[in-house]
Amino acid sequence: MTIAETLDKTLIADLYRQMQLIRVFEERCNVEYQRQNIKGFLHLYVGEEAVAVGAISALREDDYVITSYRDHGHALARGMEPNVVMAELFGKATGSSGGKGGSMHLFDVSRGFMGGHAIVAGQLPLAVGLALAAKIRKEDKVVMCFFGDGAVAEGEFHESLNFASLWKLPVVFLLENNLYGMGTQVERARAGGRDIFTAAEAYSIPALQINGQDVLEVREAAVEAVQKVRSGEGPAFVEAMTYRFRGHSVADPQAYRERDEVDEWRSQNDPINNFRNAILAQEIIEETEFEGIDKQVTEVVDEAVRFAEESPEPSIDSLFDNIYAE
Amino acid sequence: MPEIITREAIRLGLQEALESDDRVFLMGEDIGAYQGSYAVTKGFLEQYGDERVRDCPIAESGIIGAATGAAMAGMRPIVEMMTINFMLLGIDQVVNHAAKLSYMSNGQIQVPLVIRAVTGGGGRLAATHSQNFEGWFASVPGVKVAVPSDPYDALGLLRTAIADPNPVIFAEHSMLYGRRGEVPEEPYVVPFGEAIVRREGADVTLATYGRMVYTSLEAAETLSTRGIEAEVIDLRTLNPLDTDTVVQSVRKTNRVLVVEENWRTGAFSAEIASAVHEEAFDDLDGPVGRVNGFDVPAPYNAKLEDASIPTAERIIEELERLYNP
Ligand SMILES: Cc1ncc(C[n+]2csc(CCOP(=O)(O)OP(=O)(O)O)c2C)c(N)n1
Ligand SMILES: [Mg+2]
Repeated sequence: MTIAETLDKTLIADLYRQMQLIRVFEERCNVEYQRQNIKGFLHLYVGEEAVAVGAISALREDDYVITSYRDHGHALARGMEPNVVMAELFGKATGSSGGKGGSMHLFDVSRGFMGGHAIVAGQLPLAVGLALAAKIRKEDKVVMCFFGDGAVAEGEFHESLNFASLWKLPVVFLLENNLYGMGTQVERARAGGRDIFTAAEAYSIPALQINGQDVLEVREAAVEAVQKVRSGEGPAFVEAMTYRFRGHSVADPQAYRERDEVDEWRSQNDPINNFRNAILAQEIIEETEFEGIDKQVTEVVDEAVRFAEESPEPSIDSLFDNIYAE
Repeated sequence: MPEIITREAIRLGLQEALESDDRVFLMGEDIGAYQGSYAVTKGFLEQYGDERVRDCPIAESGIIGAATGAAMAGMRPIVEMMTINFMLLGIDQVVNHAAKLSYMSNGQIQVPLVIRAVTGGGGRLAATHSQNFEGWFASVPGVKVAVPSDPYDALGLLRTAIADPNPVIFAEHSMLYGRRGEVPEEPYVVPFGEAIVRREGADVTLATYGRMVYTSLEAAETLSTRGIEAEVIDLRTLNPLDTDTVVQSVRKTNRVLVVEENWRTGAFSAEIASAVHEEAFDDLDGPVGRVNGFDVPAPYNAKLEDASIPTAERIIEELERLYNP
């Protein structure tokens, strides 16, 4: 079956556009970090774009998304405005959290984007709670919870899987296995090796492993998982095998992996190039159309940087706002 | 005496312990292959091997608990908590286990455990990554807390921590790793419970620790240009706490401010203020002041974060408000 037979052309173009938007946005963040417009810790999503884009494309607008500190890709895929995200990274008043949250703590509740959470595995119990609320209220919402291979070692991972399965809660656990938690290879951190999905079986959660570099495969698995979860059968677990092309954060000297390994992933397993080539080969979208998308995406990111640069700093008075809800 | 940076001083202390005592081993997240998230253990994995430099899964409760268990069995584990913020996931193992075992077993069990934890704000890391919890731990009986501010103390206090038969939280401020200072080649230790006068002065006492030592010294320099000489005391350990040195200083200066980076409410500064009150009430010309971080989660924006942490200006303002010197 060709790609065109399974999906319409607009959707294909949009999946490509979103991945490319994330790529260009992230590469620009790296530049702005060197210019010290972005400070603190900056964790880029370069190389993993197909996971967020494919998975989030399976959701309804009223579903929830929750993730870790590596959150720009998920935020953009969920439709957050690049201007507002970039302004947050610049610490500006126009940012999604008024400059108070920064890169690791993005939120857009209007889009069901319930946050980037910077304590490893902290988002998993929160996902359980979001799902619990939906279940109590008899809403047919789904919670898509992203987390990394490193998070699997925390107690909260195990507690959350047990809760979700025990109470048949509508959570899709979406593991982004990029083979490293910071500088620790997954095999050096996990008994049982790098294939983590089998851990879900211990909690009676149906699980599968997919190629996270293939946006269509991710989308297909997510559509199926979301459907099952929405029908009330309880949680699902999807392990997307992926790879981050850049360091853990931009401060990472990457002493723990070989340059060749990174180069090989970049050249053979770039989710954007591979998708583009497959579409070109099947003559679904023409080269010029891709070029148009690329140009448009670059303009969007240029505009986001301009918006962030020109935006005002938060006022000192805002320091104490929202410590407590009114 | 050679000058080195604080990071190097801590490295020396760890290497010395690894080389002189085969009960010593290191546990932590990314201390090995990554070379340490603040590069303190750079090269250690290659040098000492993975039995003694143990990269751990991301599991703070497991790490601290397992280290406590090994210490119960007579080993001398040294744990690195990548940052003290993540230590909240392991706080039960510290407070309910490591801290309690000697007492509950009536001395049958010892827990010679050192937990090095990176602490402090100022890095633009926002609310979850910029906290100081060393003061919390200092309130737990059974736990000791060291808060070095320079290379000399970092090495001297680390030696004492490693030799101590009790759990010690060794709080390393991330902004101080690059600070330079003289460290003798001859062996020395810095005992726990001995504060040090960093700057002498007869007019006001600034009692502080960690990064705030430098903020207080900066305030002292400005005050000096106005003819006010501040005495700056670095506490060096919070538990045990040397109130005597502070009280002696107050008997001379009759004025005191306690300066601390973390939130004001429930802060350890209140403990020190209360002790000074009790011991030196008759020597005081006014209330014991406290300059703490404001009660706000750390904001990401640099201007806002700087406004939330004590500055030299705020120390001077508070001095003027309370004592009008
Ligand atoms: C509880 C806790 N421990 C440690 C850290 C420091 N830390 C941040 S990210 C990270 C690695 C996480 O790896 P993984 O879950 O695989 O996600 P990835 O970064 O690969 O996307 C670590 C150790 C933290 N933020 N929170
Ligand atoms: Mg990972």
